[in-house]
Amino acid sequence: MKTPPKVAVKNVSMRFGDVLVLERLNLDIAAGTFCTIVGASGCGKSTFLQMLLSNTRPTGGAIELDGVPLPDEPTPERGIVFQRYSVFPHLTVEDNLILASEFAASPVTGKLFGGARRKARAEVRETLERIGLAPAAKRYPAQLSGGMQQRLAIAQALLKKPAILLLDEPFGALDPGIRNDMQELLLQLWREQAMTVFMVTHDIQEAFKLGTRMLVFDKVRHDPVAPEAYGATITYDLRLKDGVSEPPPAMGALLPDPAASV
Amino acid sequence: MRIINRTPSRRTAVLLGLLPFAALIVSYAIASHYRRLDNPADKLLPSLGDMASTFWSMAFVADKRSGDYLLLGDTLDSLWRLGAGVGTATLIALVLGIAIGFIPHIRSSLAPFIASFSLIPPITILPILFIIFGLGEVSKVVLIVVGTAPVMVRSVAQAVMNIPRELIIKAETLGASVWQMTTRLVLPQILPHLITAIRLGLVPAWIFLISAEAIASTSGLGYRIFLVRRYLAMDVILPYVIWITLLAYLIDRLLLIVSRRAFPWHHAGGNSL
Repeated sequence: MKTPPKVAVKNVSMRFGDVLVLERLNLDIAAGTFCTIVGASGCGKSTFLQMLLSNTRPTGGAIELDGVPLPDEPTPERGIVFQRYSVFPHLTVEDNLILASEFAASPVTGKLFGGARRKARAEVRETLERIGLAPAAKRYPAQLSGGMQQRLAIAQALLKKPAILLLDEPFGALDPGIRNDMQELLLQLWREQAMTVFMVTHDIQEAFKLGTRMLVFDKVRHDPVAPEAYGATITYDLRLKDGVSEPPPAMGALLPDPAASV
Repeated sequence: MRIINRTPSRRTAVLLGLLPFAALIVSYAIASHYRRLDNPADKLLPSLGDMASTFWSMAFVADKRSGDYLLLGDTLDSLWRLGAGVGTATLIALVLGIAIGFIPHIRSSLAPFIASFSLIPPITILPILFIIFGLGEVSKVVLIVVGTAPVMVRSVAQAVMNIPRELIIKAETLGASVWQMTTRLVLPQILPHLITAIRLGLVPAWIFLISAEAIASTSGLGYRIFLVRRYLAMDVILPYVIWITLLAYLIDRLLLIVSRRAFPWHHAGGNSL
């Protein structure tokens, strides 16, 4: 029997009241794909990510994970990094990272004490070194730069070794230089952990640089009388080889200008 | 430089802050002086010296009749009632506020009720409390609870609902149960807001405390003020009002300091009053 794709999207549509946001989404994503998602603002790419997270449910169609319908609520098998509010502001850097093991080890208080906590903190030491936050282990997120916060957020999202990592414009608020470092870190982690990644981005260069597959969301059908009658769908589904980092000139003209959509 | 861009130095700020107080005291002293020129036995605006000596004897001279130190006894009785009332209200606010803010079904069933209940003017149910609980301590404490808890519940519930949804989703993806999210995410996130709710709740709490003591009591700061009112004893009333204000101010500052010490991450950004 053929193994089902990691993620199967079957004729999914999403409607908010009278507004059809997404329609006719059909996709099979193989395990280990780095899937980047681009498109104009408001075309539903974040909504698509929210559906993959089970934070919103599609109003039509179904999404399957390993051949089984998605659970109705967020689960540890799908990690998430948001653009903002991704880390817990009331916990220090290291306590943000031991939180998942605290949840697992202590059902009643959700907290480790004394020796057990020291052990858990020692275990995240390596992760902290890896993301360059070891010197900031005792600091609160508000005392970190934007790039440091997002490094922490990515590390935290990977704690439960999710099969799928969802990223919603994770580097959207970062400086270009820091962005580059973050992209490298993300690629390394993706290769090591053999995850399937879905990443929504505004930055078309980033989408080409990181993705092994790129989805472009756009509206193809327009009704001049009822502009809300049709939703966006996937207009381009590109299989990218590793190492393609520039959009071909012809493609570049077809794609939405990232600067215009910010 | 524009006035909005000029900030006073620490010393200037303190001096500026003291200015209105000094102005009030000086104008009182002047008014009192001229009244007493007309009538040396004037009771309405006693001299600062008279008030100080009366306050001294209330504080440090045992009462001739009972042998008690009146100020100490009044203060302890009032603070006990205030503490019991606000403490109970805080507990209710914590439990109901989190439940309403975090769990949609509980929100649907309780939020409209609490919203309606909070609109009852608490003093109107004081007679009911006196009938049910008698004239003792319980009715005064319950009045404070009834007067402060509903608003505190609503502000805690709102604080819970203001927690960014992203954080709750993140906790879910880290494998947290509802209870674990409550203890590790919701509770720590709202504790600073709970302290703010207590600080705001203390304002009406004092009003209800003094009212209840004025109506039916045999001790307490409010009782004393309304007792000596019969003798026009402004030399007792005014220092008591200042003493009550000082207590309220100190409790408020104490809570702010506790909040800053305990939740540095909450106060990391920006000024707060």
